[in-house]
Amino acid sequence: MKVLVPVKRVIDYNVKARVKADQSGVDLANVKMSMNPFCEIAVEEAVRLREKGVVSEIVAISIGPIQAQETLRTALAMGADRAILIQSDQDLEPLAVAKVLQAVIAEEKPELVLMGKQAIDGDNNAVGQMLAALLGWPQATFASAVEIAGGKAKVTREVDGGLQTLEVTLPAVVTADLRLNEPRYASLPNIMKAKKKVLDVKDVASLGVDTVPRLKVMKVTEPPKRAGGIKVESAADLVMKLKNEAGVL
Amino acid sequence: MAVLVIADHDDTTVRDSTHKTVTAALALSSDVDILVAAAKTGALAAQAAKIAGVRKVLTAESAALGQGLAEAFEALVVPLMAGYDAVLTPATSQGKNVSPRIAAKLDVAQISDVIQVVDANTFVRPIYAGNALETVQSSDAKKVITVRPTVFKPAGDGGSAKIEAVSAPGAPAGTKFVGQELVKSARPDLGGAKIVVSGGRAMGSAEEFHKVIEPLADKLGGAVGASRAAVDAGYAPNDYQVGQTGKVVAPDLYVAIGISGAIQHLAGMKDSKVIVAINKDPDAPIFQVADYGLVADYKVAVPELMEELTKIGK
Repeated sequence: MKVLVPVKRVIDYNVKARVKADQSGVDLANVKMSMNPFCEIAVEEAVRLREKGVVSEIVAISIGPIQAQETLRTALAMGADRAILIQSDQDLEPLAVAKVLQAVIAEEKPELVLMGKQAIDGDNNAVGQMLAALLGWPQATFASAVEIAGGKAKVTREVDGGLQTLEVTLPAVVTADLRLNEPRYASLPNIMKAKKKVLDVKDVASLGVDTVPRLKVMKVTEPPKRAGGIKVESAADLVMKLKNEAGVL
Repeated sequence: MAVLVIADHDDTTVRDSTHKTVTAALALSSDVDILVAAAKTGALAAQAAKIAGVRKVLTAESAALGQGLAEAFEALVVPLMAGYDAVLTPATSQGKNVSPRIAAKLDVAQISDVIQVVDANTFVRPIYAGNALETVQSSDAKKVITVRPTVFKPAGDGGSAKIEAVSAPGAPAGTKFVGQELVKSARPDLGGAKIVVSGGRAMGSAEEFHKVIEPLADKLGGAVGASRAAVDAGYAPNDYQVGQTGKVVAPDLYVAIGISGAIQHLAGMKDSKVIVAINKDPDAPIFQVADYGLVADYKVAVPELMEELTKIGK
């Protein structure tokens, strides 16, 4: 079975985003970039499924600038077999990303798309669901466990208030939540091997997909800052202040 | 313009997040209808009809809708959108599951996690874990929006909207509901609680989390939350997670115990009215957002806190 794993290059999750002075966006110059954490979890799950013998080929795909090749090399070092970069210097909206993936899927014909539930830059949590809708495929979002057998995926989902289990007929889109697995670190030999794996680069325009933005960013601003608080000396002091000063007890 | 709000409910009660989403919808238009989709809609529809400002309640009943299947919601809502200019859903796990599917079918963007309606085409939403706020203007004819409920005031009661049934689509072919395990708790729901007590990685084990955080939450009548680090380490279940990719909360009182204050956690709680942090590391970033910080080992501070709360009758 072939699996397609979309991955995104984003600001490293330990770095605090800073808004540009001209309010045109977030300053990404000289900022550490990494693979989106939920995409790492998706790659890891695909590799585990191959180790179990369920998956035969893992194709990693990224849509972004030429530097996203580094992100794809990371996916290859973790165990993906080959990679595709759809090069776009413009930051695409989730709907456009879903349309690009749909076009690639028409060629690649995977039986499963395994991807992160959310990218930590745009925080939309939308591409997987949009892709499933465009393809007319079932979806199982926010997965914390995936079992594949007999052309179906049984997926445990993290929902508000607990867990839900769905069985979806393949092909399907599954999006990864935090507890699905703990991604491995790529070993040095695997990083070396990844350099020799195939990484195809295509221009986004060559797919003939409508990627025109639907949303115009008017401005990007800093959120209001919280005024600094005070340190209390003891639990007794804390309770007194919460009761008398803050009035929340 | 006419706006549809998809109700959030637990099969018996229409959740507060619905009332808050109605407030956001009323900022767009005075013609606001609510869609109640469930296995049985009778009691839910009656509650939704009482929300002030609502014009009409649409009901649709099927097993698949009751199970929250995204494919069923897509099949229900997309045709209804012929009569609406916008559809709003609270950004709960269910809202996030179904709304993008509807947007893609309508060939429009989703405007996610909206915290302010500027005008009928312009919205503010947090990005980068809330470290930036993006103001976007939509050029789509129909708007598909998820709303961050914590920032909107709930619409009151006093309405008397008429209730109208619409036909539910058939069960989706490729998706089967197998089961669910919902945590049964006497505590308030994390998303809507007035007080939240959260524990972090400092707890060191699930037993310790259970022993320290839960009794304090119960003493305060609050909900229990956790940092991503605590969830990742297996000390707390995922649905306790407060943060960028977990739940966003804004209670009157948020108590963070043994939580360092990573960017991704702050994204989920920094709009709380009053924040208390207990941490033995005086340099922990959580103290930068805390109104009241206590630099202490929680093992000492929490028992003392419990005792002091008892003294004031809690």
